Amino acid sequence: MPESTSAERNIPHWLIQTWQILVKDLVLGWRTRAKVVAMVVFAGTMLLLFSFAIGPNNTLLAKHAAGYVWLSALLSSTLLLSQSFQVEGESGALEGLLLLPVDPRAIFYGKALANWVVLSLLTGLVLVGGFFLFSVEIQAHPLRFVSILLLGSAGISAPGTLYSALTARAQAQQLMLPVLLFPLVIPCMLAAVKATGFLIQGDPMDQGGSWTMLLICFNLIYWALGGVLFGKVVDE
Amino acid sequence: MKWHYALGALGVLFLGTGHAWGLFFAPPEFMMGDVGRILYAHVPTAWNAMLVYLFAFVAAIGTLWTSKSSWESWLVGFVEVGVVLNILLCFQGAMWAKPTWGVYWDWDPRLTTTAILIALFAGVLIQRNLFHAPDKRRIITGVTAVIAFVNVPIVYFATTWWNSLHQGLSSPDTVSNPMHWPLRVSAFGVLFLAVAFSAERAKQERARLEREDTAPTLPLAQKQLELGAE
Repeated sequence: MPESTSAERNIPHWLIQTWQILVKDLVLGWRTRAKVVAMVVFAGTMLLLFSFAIGPNNTLLAKHAAGYVWLSALLSSTLLLSQSFQVEGESGALEGLLLLPVDPRAIFYGKALANWVVLSLLTGLVLVGGFFLFSVEIQAHPLRFVSILLLGSAGISAPGTLYSALTARAQAQQLMLPVLLFPLVIPCMLAAVKATGFLIQGDPMDQGGSWTMLLICFNLIYWALGGVLFGKVVDE
Repeated sequence: MKWHYALGALGVLFLGTGHAWGLFFAPPEFMMGDVGRILYAHVPTAWNAMLVYLFAFVAAIGTLWTSKSSWESWLVGFVEVGVVLNILLCFQGAMWAKPTWGVYWDWDPRLTTTAILIALFAGVLIQRNLFHAPDKRRIITGVTAVIAFVNVPIVYFATTWWNSLHQGLSSPDTVSNPMHWPLRVSAFGVLFLAVAFSAERAKQERARLEREDTAPTLPLAQKQLELGAE
């Protein structure tokens, strides 16, 4: 057995486990990438549907582009999140994982981080696709879009992963996950849409910063709460 | 006599007195006239809906902490009564909004928050009904209730920034002297009734959980049936 380096010895054990679970989930995600492609296609279809609902009015579509992009990302996220515990559920692997000396926090943070990575990529693609479809002219620096994109995706991932674990064994998981998750992430969606909107349309009153702060607070609360409550959820 | 029946009777008395006082003896509101008298029903419902959700949160913490069915029963009672008060709040608000704002619904922070709260806490009850394993169901109910409650101030904060039309928060300090007493009496009436109904539902839920605990498991019941048939 290779000896651990001094750097590894200084890292808390649960952080190493988090990293291992994150890598495991990303590898699994890569092996079943057809599912991710299906999500991207679903999100693209949603963007098209929003355009059809509003009509071929480019000004109106560009004005509300932020809302359509984030709604498409949220709707597609349920496809990803509902799958999050499916592999473990099907083969009883979660019980196996819990029998090992693995900190439940590591399972939560590993899975939530993996969902965050995939969801950020998906939202990024939706954002680019949406801006292209709705003829949005970007005024702000692209890095500011990336920061909102990462914060918004993280705001869906943390409560989404927790609720995915909660509903994993429910009779109607596909139904219950959005029923529980959508009302919960309304503040996050509101903040992400507003912050993205200000980046698109300009922000003379400098209001975007407050919405970004709200996104940060939402993330802090739910990433912390998820870690605390997840142990209870998988305990039974 | 069970204590919650007495509390319920006291609630009816307080509510009747407060409402009669507000409807027939208190002066009409300065701007809205008689329409403003819905204050005595609407504001106590609003206060108590939030208070009952706070009780539900405490019961949820107790449920997760102790894993006792008594806490769980109270949690179910409070969430159910909270959702009923919340739905009533939306209807009363719509009835008040039409003559004063000209519309039944507006995307005002407090209206939006109350609508989201219905979805959040109704989700707790729906989710609970989808699980049959008692331990899993208890944890699920506790966790979803805690998350729903934690979300209340965030939703309110976000929607306040988003849009605001609702008048400032009503309290006995913001209404004039002849109006605040019927308001206080009505509020205690709603509180007593809400706690009494929650206690009754908690009692029923506790009895149901106990029946579930003592009920034979399916294979055993099947065996008993087979033995009976022989």
